[in-house]
Amino acid sequence: MTNTRIPARTRTVTPPPVAPAPPSARDRGTRLLATLFLAPTIVGIVVFTVVPIAGSVVLSLFHWNVIDDPSFAGAANYRETLSDSTVLVSFRNTLVFMVLAVALQLLIALVLALAVNGRMPVWLRSVFRSAFFFPLVLSAASISVVMKYLFNQDFGVVNWLLGLIGIAPVPWLTSENSAMAAVILVYVWQQFGFSFLLFVGGLNNIPKEIHEAAALDGATGLRKHLNVTLPLLSPTLLVASVVGIINALQVFEQPYVLTNGGPGDSTRTVVMVIYESAFEQLRFGEASAVGVLLFVLIMAVTALQFRLSRRFVHYQ
Amino acid sequence: MTQAISTVSRARHSLAPWARITALAVCALLTLGPVIWTVSTSLRTPAESFDLPPKIIPTSPTVESYRGVFDQIDVWLLALNSTLVTGLIAVGQMITAGLAGYAFARLEFRFKKPLFALVLATMMVPLQVTIVPVFLVLKSMSLTDTLLGLIIPAFPTAFGTFLMRQYFLGMPKDLGEAAMLDGCGPWRIFRSVYAPLAAPGLAIVGVLAFNYHWNEFFRPLILETSAQNYTLPLGLVSLQGNLGTGSISVVLAGVVLSMIPAVAVFVVGQRPLREGITSAGVNR
Repeated sequence: MTNTRIPARTRTVTPPPVAPAPPSARDRGTRLLATLFLAPTIVGIVVFTVVPIAGSVVLSLFHWNVIDDPSFAGAANYRETLSDSTVLVSFRNTLVFMVLAVALQLLIALVLALAVNGRMPVWLRSVFRSAFFFPLVLSAASISVVMKYLFNQDFGVVNWLLGLIGIAPVPWLTSENSAMAAVILVYVWQQFGFSFLLFVGGLNNIPKEIHEAAALDGATGLRKHLNVTLPLLSPTLLVASVVGIINALQVFEQPYVLTNGGPGDSTRTVVMVIYESAFEQLRFGEASAVGVLLFVLIMAVTALQFRLSRRFVHYQ
Repeated sequence: MTQAISTVSRARHSLAPWARITALAVCALLTLGPVIWTVSTSLRTPAESFDLPPKIIPTSPTVESYRGVFDQIDVWLLALNSTLVTGLIAVGQMITAGLAGYAFARLEFRFKKPLFALVLATMMVPLQVTIVPVFLVLKSMSLTDTLLGLIIPAFPTAFGTFLMRQYFLGMPKDLGEAAMLDGCGPWRIFRSVYAPLAAPGLAIVGVLAFNYHWNEFFRPLILETSAQNYTLPLGLVSLQGNLGTGSISVVLAGVVLSMIPAVAVFVVGQRPLREGITSAGVNR
């Protein structure tokens, strides 16, 4: 599959002219090499992930504004956090966002993957594949700048297009009712290509014989997809939804640039709250408490998914 | 022959092929629409920016807006910062992931399983949960508001390590065994036998790292406070802020400029990029 270039001297294996080095010396060499090879990754992970996780938990138990000495707060940060209406709204917004964005993203990706998998010239398939995957390589922050213009109520292209089919202009970014919809649409526009690629890969892994057998049994169209394709694709669906949900719970750039959390708090997400309380209000303890809660939420949702998946995922 | 069979089975799709292809074309156009609009608006005069229907082909194309970007922000500095940060992270990740992936795939040592589990577990930890302590660690090393502060924490890569481990596991074991019989030590086996075969896997790690960090916004927003350390996405968002409701064609020209390297990588490295993204799903 790859152009494996085999070094000339290993190509012909002759019996060893001399006995190999004694195993103990070799083992020591191997262990030393393993230590050297792993050091950058393990040290980096410990310093920049493991210690910070512990640090977040510790910080969440203190009041600290960087300037004064930290003072022990016990569970006060959690109590304050859980009674702060902005924080609660941000958790609700994030969950609503997660459910709608992931559902929409998976649905669009699945339909497009099935459609692209159908019969068509090879070049056309690769054009479609590239087009759907393209938004993934763009910066979420700069594309949100662009989308801010497209979703403008008065001169945005989105409302102009809707006008063509007789829909009145929507105050996308300026109304509490529609701002979240705009954030979701912009996010899904950029992200569906990821699930799309996973599905295309998953569909390619389904053996052709199974489709042929299903066709011989008279399964066609939608029924074939529901009864044959979907169960076979379920491991890929699980991965796409797990990764999709973990990413969606961390949404930041789109609401930050499009609406800055507004109007009101209608699009403020958990990560925006972490950013604002830590780096704008210098409330490091509270920010850490929100971070720990987000972490727990992500773990819980992921664990729940794997539990549910035992019932719905079929491995071949 | 296979062609004939698949023709039979696929001809029974519920949609006629032409309807399906037309629908796909409409979706592709909707997907690329915002990008096409961005490019074309950046080439129109500011007065024409808001024309509806949008003139996709500008009546009098002009690069005036691009000159405007260079006047208002230091594009060269932003691009240099972005290139340094992204390039060094990509090279750094290829090194750390290549070495660690090889150790997990082909070397025997104590605590191999728990260490690998630790690496995999960090894939689950969102950046935002650790950002406050990471910020404090960097502050204690005087690395906040420096480019190094963005670069060094990004060197270890759990996903890259996982990917390279799979890659090395996929190589035939007898290559190394033959070299061992020839008297090669563990370093020589890595250096002369396996490392030269790792280039395609490393390309995947490098391309993924480039794509992610070129577009990265959250960490630079927190770590870089002075404009001289801004990367392109930060510079563009601040460009939009400076202008308020002013000339959008200038902002869009900036967006187009910042897209160019990402698009170049998309064109040249589309295959490793796609393989990297799909390997997340297929390897499970």
